Amino acid sequence: MNQRIQQLGIITLVTAAMLASVTVAQVLPEDRADALYHSFDGGGVTITGPSILLRKKLTSNFSGYANYYVDSISSASIDVLSYASAYEEERTEISIGGDYLLGETILSGGFTDSDENDFEAQTAYFGVSQEVFGGLTTIRMGFSRGWDEVGMVNDPDFAEDVDRRSYRLGATQVITKNLLLNFEFEGITDEGFLNNPYRKVRYRDAVDPSIFHWEEEVYPNTRTSSAFSLGGRYFVQPGSAVYGSARIFNDTWGIDAWDAQLGYTYSTQGSWLFDYSYRYYTQTGADFYSDLFDYSEQQNFRGRDKELSTFTGHSIRLGISYEIPVASWKFVERGTANFNYDYMFFNYDDFRNVLEGGAAGTEPLYDMSADILQLYVSFWF
Amino acid sequence: MDLAYQFKQKILLIIVPLLVATMAWAATDVAPDFSLPDATGAVVSLQDFDGQVVLINFWASWCGPCREEMPLLDELHKRYESLGFTMLGVNVEEDSAAAKKFLQGTAVSFPILFDRENNVSKLYDVIAMPSSVLVGRDGTVRYIHHGYEPGNENDYQDQIRQLIRE
Amino acid sequence: MYKIILYPCLLLFLLLSACSNVEPWVKPYERANLADEAMLLERNPVSAAYLIHVHESREGARGASGRTGGGCGCN
Repeated sequence: MNQRIQQLGIITLVTAAMLASVTVAQVLPEDRADALYHSFDGGGVTITGPSILLRKKLTSNFSGYANYYVDSISSASIDVLSYASAYEEERTEISIGGDYLLGETILSGGFTDSDENDFEAQTAYFGVSQEVFGGLTTIRMGFSRGWDEVGMVNDPDFAEDVDRRSYRLGATQVITKNLLLNFEFEGITDEGFLNNPYRKVRYRDAVDPSIFHWEEEVYPNTRTSSAFSLGGRYFVQPGSAVYGSARIFNDTWGIDAWDAQLGYTYSTQGSWLFDYSYRYYTQTGADFYSDLFDYSEQQNFRGRDKELSTFTGHSIRLGISYEIPVASWKFVERGTANFNYDYMFFNYDDFRNVLEGGAAGTEPLYDMSADILQLYVSFWF
Repeated sequence: MDLAYQFKQKILLIIVPLLVATMAWAATDVAPDFSLPDATGAVVSLQDFDGQVVLINFWASWCGPCREEMPLLDELHKRYESLGFTMLGVNVEEDSAAAKKFLQGTAVSFPILFDRENNVSKLYDVIAMPSSVLVGRDGTVRYIHHGYEPGNENDYQDQIRQLIRE
Repeated sequence: MYKIILYPCLLLFLLLSACSNVEPWVKPYERANLADEAMLLERNPVSAAYLIHVHESREGARGASGRTGGGCGCN
């Protein structure tokens, strides 16, 4: 027993010495400030707001950041219009965190607080990033913990909790002088009140099946999911690269999903940068999802959230970036002005648009498109 | 127990020599001579500095820690040049344009040589960016630094002072 | 029982030791292209975080998107 421990000890020391003998130091993220205006318009919902980030090295080994984000929501979505009335609200999210450099290792940590009139969420995370194998591989591990409080606008006594945990493992690998591969796994577990307290499911009337009624959603109180993603970036010429990624997902609610993205960043090597990408997403619905139940309380768990239905989504992006001439500016090293436009389109296979009318279950299937705009400036110091 | 002992033997037999081998050439070997062009095209050789303490710094304009280190290396060069020390900056980029642009913004007083074909990088077995190799007055390699972390410049200073006194 | 755990571990350490002594097939001085901004996994963190948020709000899948931490947990 002692001998084995001895051996293990020697091997560990030697390995550590080996790994330490070939090093390429990791680098902290650069100091920067970004100010973004974001806008989402689709499916009867409009969400706009700012996102402001500030990141600065506070000591030679520590880089800290703070982010301020707001969603101003104006919602007349299909769910809202089906059984409620349009509303407006605001969500504010503040994050602070930092990265600490220790040789080949970067330790990261942070805290986020999200607030709106009927939902509060706090998240804390911790991560480690380590360069190994001569700097060609970077391994990352992360853990985050979240606490949510779900409320209802019209019911001050309603207060439910959600506990969230997420575990991440990732690696970036240099394949050739021009190719990087990135792998990531994330397992998430949620426990608590996981549905939206306002949302409802519908069921057929006992007497006349062409009529339906609304009743409460009931979700399982746990959800565990895993996602694997693989991505790559290929250098084409200075400032230009081809990139792609794919992810598969499944969870204990029976949702199976995968998505893939392909894109190209092109630099004129002057002042302009263009980014084009296409993303495809598809999922099969949750086990307890149904657009229309046959009778009241047909299942213990019942949901009608279109995000848990069977659907496909496409999105295309155009991004344009302009290098701001900052040579004469005092404190700024570099600046860019950026514009991103995304067009998303969703086709639902088993979620019907009840607003269109018709006998229950014969309404047309729902689809929606969205325009997403991002306008932002970035400065590096 | 026998098997475990054999394992231990094998591991030590394989790993230790490998470890020693990678570092061995550097221990007290003569610094290999090389000749590289500087910005004007004139050829500079390590031999030209025979008898002086030389710090050969391998750098690239795309490497953050290298850029950070430059002004500090310049300071060391200015301080100890008159005492028989010289700094040699070996740029490892295939295309020197970016390096020259960087030097316009961050001028240094020590010679910058261009190792476009990476022959010298291979000769010196550069395994990290940046790498600094300190050569003593007798032409042997004394210290090697891999990477740059804030504070390393103090180590460089101590080592330069020690080598100058020889 | 010990052997089942110990010997694979020893093997793993051996492999790691061997791997770390494999000469990196891309030398540190050959990494100019990899250091290019276009090769950054996250060159615009604010924009990337926002898009991940948009996707996670509209889709059932979540995770493995490169987001380091935080999350609104919106339902």
